[in-house]
Amino acid sequence: MTSPGLEEDMLRPFPELSAYGEGLRRGEFLIPRCRDCGQAHWHPRPFCPFCHGANITAERALGGGTVYSHTVIRSVDSPYVLAYVTLDEGPSMLTNIVGSDVDAVAIGSRVVAVVEHGETAAACVRFALAPPAPRSPTEDSA
Amino acid sequence: MSPASYVVGAYEHPLRKAPDKSVAALHFEVAAGALQDAGLGFGDVDGYFCAADAPGGVLSMVDYLNLRVRHLDSTETGGSSYPIHVAHAAHAIAAGHCNVALITLAGRPRSERLASGTAVRPGNPQQPDYPWELPFSPVTLGLYALCAQRHMHQFGTTSEDLAWIRVAASTHAQHNPNAMLRTPVTVADVVGSPMIADPLRRLDCCVISDGGGAIVLAREEIAKSLSRPQVRVKGTGEAHKGASGGEVDLTYTAAARSGPLAFAEAGVTPADIQYASIYDSFTITVLMQLEDLGFCAKGHGGRFVRDGNLIAGTGRLPFNTDGGGLCNNHPGNRGGMTKMIEAVRQLRGEAHPAVQVPNCSLALAQGLGGWLGTRHVSGTLIMERQ
Repeated sequence: MTSPGLEEDMLRPFPELSAYGEGLRRGEFLIPRCRDCGQAHWHPRPFCPFCHGANITAERALGGGTVYSHTVIRSVDSPYVLAYVTLDEGPSMLTNIVGSDVDAVAIGSRVVAVVEHGETAAACVRFALAPPAPRSPTEDSA
Repeated sequence: MSPASYVVGAYEHPLRKAPDKSVAALHFEVAAGALQDAGLGFGDVDGYFCAADAPGGVLSMVDYLNLRVRHLDSTETGGSSYPIHVAHAAHAIAAGHCNVALITLAGRPRSERLASGTAVRPGNPQQPDYPWELPFSPVTLGLYALCAQRHMHQFGTTSEDLAWIRVAASTHAQHNPNAMLRTPVTVADVVGSPMIADPLRRLDCCVISDGGGAIVLAREEIAKSLSRPQVRVKGTGEAHKGASGGEVDLTYTAAARSGPLAFAEAGVTPADIQYASIYDSFTITVLMQLEDLGFCAKGHGGRFVRDGNLIAGTGRLPFNTDGGGLCNNHPGNRGGMTKMIEAVRQLRGEAHPAVQVPNCSLALAQGLGGWLGTRHVSGTLIMERQ
């Protein structure tokens, strides 16, 4: 799915965002939240796009989200899912849904973040369909 | 808007494949064509407008064309640049900064074999959105498909609804000898074409073509001294829509803001519009802009375009009577210029007789540049035949 030329660190031109790249290399998905107005936003920038304050915290994302919209790009040898996922924190982000049949994704599907380290591909966050909710202990013992 | 500006010249390049001409030479040819159409010469031009399709921008193009201008504008908003150039030219003319404004567009993605819709178009690595989008291979087609998918989910729009937009465009294109695709298609043809990016199919997509076009604007006294029918700039609007810090809503376009601005300035309503050129990179692009411009309620686009309602002669709102980007051409992967040119033809009564709207005196041209699913700019232009 990675395109040629994406091997370099795409965050290099943005020194003010180094915390996010370092987080990805540690396997952590960090999202920006404004300490002034309290809102989370996407994508990261050194200020809040809502109140334009500059007190931003890179906080660890909850990791869950819901598919807002999706498409399967079929004009390539290996079709892939392009999607917007609405994070549980509120903002929606462009991403891919990976790890399942491309036709299994639907609007409203629950997904979980998959952090890709930046060794051979761009450091970024993709999502996978969330596993079905675990059965309760009562069911297990039944 | 006072004093008034008029579209006095319009020209569409007849070629759809131009391997033997440079992009710069195409700019010259469309400039010459539009000036000849107006009955003016290069020496009359004192304002020049071009966007990123013009190699070297204003710096190179003014030099290449050897213009002597006192007003320059290189506003770049993708395919909506040109209706926005008209708006800015009208403001410049009203302010006395120029008398005759020339706007040119040209490109040859077909000769250069660009996979315009299905390959990732790398941007500037310093673009702030770049590292947060490019890793996901956001091909152009996909960024429109995401909107179509959401529209269907939220409003019940169907593939058959979208197909009617292609059917209307192809019905018109059969009368345009220059159109790339002149064979009328049916709803069944469209929904039977291969799926490219769900829910969009091959026939939901526009053509990839070479070519170009140009428009000449002039102040009122000059327009009235010329022999061409008088087409006045009546209202304009421009607006941006993006991912809004993560508050993503794919159900509307920036036309929801540019449209009302243009209608307010023109003092007319959508019901008054007799002909509309609507940017049509994909069928969904048309459907959403029709809603956003107020031709129907949000979410009702599907039922509005159904049953040939966009077809000249039978439909309530004849659209893209040249065949549009879906069937005619899409020079430089930019649609705003050709949208204006066909609207001017309609207002002059110079469209093909089979698609000419009788006594067309009020028309709208709608351009959109960028990507529906991430960020784009809309330019709305309302013109009136005097």
